[in-house]
Amino acid sequence: MNNRDSNAEDILAQAASLRWELGEKVHETLMESIFEEAAGIANDVVSHTGQKAKVWDRSLDWLFTSRLTGFPIMFALLAGVLWLTITGANVPSSWLAWVLLDTVHPLLKQGAAFIHMPWWLAGVLIDGMYMATAWVVSVMLPPMAIFFPLFTLCEDFGYLPRVAFNMDALFKKVGAHGKQALTMSMGYGCNAAGIVACRIIDSPRERLIAIITNNFAVCNGRWPTLFLISSIFIGGMVSSPLLGSLVSSGTVLAVMMLGVLFTFGVSWLLSNTMLRGEASIYSLELPPYRPPRFWRTMYTSLIDRTIYVLWRAIVFALPAGAVIWLLSNVTMGGETLAVHIIHWLNPFGVLIGLNGVILLAYIIAIPANEIVIPTVLMLTVLTTGTAGVGAGNGVMFELSEGDTAALLHAGGWTLLTAVNLLLFCLLHNPCSTTVFTIWKETRNLKWTTVAALLPLVMGLLTCFFVAQVWRLVAGGVTP
Amino acid sequence: MSSRSCASTSCSACPSGQLTKLGEGEQVWDYVVALAGNPNTGKSTVFNALTGLRQHTGNWPGKTVVRAEGGFAYEGKQYQIVDLPGTYSLLSASPDEEVARDFILFDRPDVTVIVADATRLERNLNLVLQVLEITDRAVLCVNLVDEARRHGIVVDTQKLEERLGIPVIGTAARQRQGLDQLLQAISDVASGRRVCHPYHLQNEPPALKEAIRTLVEKIETLFPGLPNARWVALRILEGDKRMIAAVQLGEFHQVRKQPTEAAHE
Repeated sequence: MNNRDSNAEDILAQAASLRWELGEKVHETLMESIFEEAAGIANDVVSHTGQKAKVWDRSLDWLFTSRLTGFPIMFALLAGVLWLTITGANVPSSWLAWVLLDTVHPLLKQGAAFIHMPWWLAGVLIDGMYMATAWVVSVMLPPMAIFFPLFTLCEDFGYLPRVAFNMDALFKKVGAHGKQALTMSMGYGCNAAGIVACRIIDSPRERLIAIITNNFAVCNGRWPTLFLISSIFIGGMVSSPLLGSLVSSGTVLAVMMLGVLFTFGVSWLLSNTMLRGEASIYSLELPPYRPPRFWRTMYTSLIDRTIYVLWRAIVFALPAGAVIWLLSNVTMGGETLAVHIIHWLNPFGVLIGLNGVILLAYIIAIPANEIVIPTVLMLTVLTTGTAGVGAGNGVMFELSEGDTAALLHAGGWTLLTAVNLLLFCLLHNPCSTTVFTIWKETRNLKWTTVAALLPLVMGLLTCFFVAQVWRLVAGGVTP
Repeated sequence: MSSRSCASTSCSACPSGQLTKLGEGEQVWDYVVALAGNPNTGKSTVFNALTGLRQHTGNWPGKTVVRAEGGFAYEGKQYQIVDLPGTYSLLSASPDEEVARDFILFDRPDVTVIVADATRLERNLNLVLQVLEITDRAVLCVNLVDEARRHGIVVDTQKLEERLGIPVIGTAARQRQGLDQLLQAISDVASGRRVCHPYHLQNEPPALKEAIRTLVEKIETLFPGLPNARWVALRILEGDKRMIAAVQLGEFHQVRKQPTEAAHE
């Protein structure tokens, strides 16, 4: 043992003195000889026959990344994907709702009655858990099954690194790492995945910035809320359906862009206050364009992303459905628990241009953003006592887009509520999975708290501000 | 599955029938295979093709940030395969490069498969030469040959094999072409049927060469049988703290760690 230690020290001492003799250039010299020998070998074994494909790649690169066309093409592609999602999801969504809610639900109820299931058990199981799950499936599956494959096709084609390339200068300007464009893109699928992807950023400072701002990328759990509210309240204002769908996708795009602005703003703020520092230099390789194998991409994105996300939503919808049913059926002092909580939250909700129902929904949906809309609708029915829809407290129902709009209007919703819900959807605390992932990645309570609360505070402030200005402009009309 | 039949027509004695994909799971492995390479060369595609796992592959560099592990059985032997993060070199101290380097150096996989991009062979060879300094049990998988063909680039794998002294297989992993030959090469190197005589850097300036020679002699006396004394010498010459600590602690003596314990931090 001793012998080895002395020997080891001996070697290291000699290495140190040799290093001194060789000067500081050891690394550079070594790299140079590696490059030289690699080039020599490559020269020997590689032969070129044509340049056709390269020209094609180069011109595509110019189109996607030049100052003139880079950003417009990016927006156009994004808008196209969103428009296809919104228009394409309509029909299958209502078809699924018809099957799961209109057809299967009454059958289940009849079955329960037939076997004399206690009313409360049938309530929790069928009116609570089954309905919440069925709703999540019919609201989420169609848009996700369109959005994810389209996104994956762009990714496999090689477009994502070009987006990162376009955004690089902007990220550098706000003191963040250029690779944040990639982690942000991952966030549009799932914030937890985006935060894990932040490992590709070496500098701890820039990594933290990327982690904290990832929540400003709207994740798949929030897309359905954006799609639905934009279609009903914004797109619905236009009479022509085609124009309406264009307006709706424009609205979703605007919310998404606002998220990008917040990403830049908060990154800038952090890198000038709590996480001061210079942006580090890195190299990003633009991979060649690869024709995506269409069916393979469809299959894997359906399995990897759509089904995975849907499964997660279902897992969270089941207990949430039970909670909602219980909240709206357990009474205290003549009123249900839900009514108590909503009344308690309502003044604050209205102050910031939302309402008690939305706030309670966001509390119930902390584990998963996917269930916000179903919860909002269930609770609205309950508090407004809307006749003719559903059958009893906390029951989900078959609703077309028009019915949903009527229901929400009956619940006291205005255009301001819708706009602020869109804003709050973008700016609120990350879901519990994401918060846990941030903790796992940073192992730091302070940064986990900052990442969890910063967007929430910003959301409350933004909604408050918008509500005040709105009411001023609208001439004191209380929504 | 038409792609598979296309693969079988391209090789006469197709051993793909002997490949069993094992995915993830608790198993006793006969051999450990590491998958190294530059980012975005299709490492994850090769990994998926061999293990039957469907790790998502994306066309952007840096996609694999965690080490993925899976397994397959071939000709009655169980192989564990570890997908390392893609790196351009093994000489810097960034976390992903350390994960890749430490695994090859300290965990001593039975075979290191280096996946290279046929369309950018020169740049990819930089990493290949560095890996060959660390291990002499390597297979080079020149992937994306289909894409190279479209770009008018042809790689003479036969000649490259002679130059590098390790098996070189041309593949198009997305189309499952060449995977059978790759499996055969992995099995040959793992079992010792094929002994590699890898290329080592030879054009260093004389002063550096001399310094390396002096150190290698000493390191080899201290750690007999160390396959990569040259690499260790180079690293401590550069003042690599991790490597200096390894020399002090005699870490090169230890037997291979269980791969799961070596998870990166």
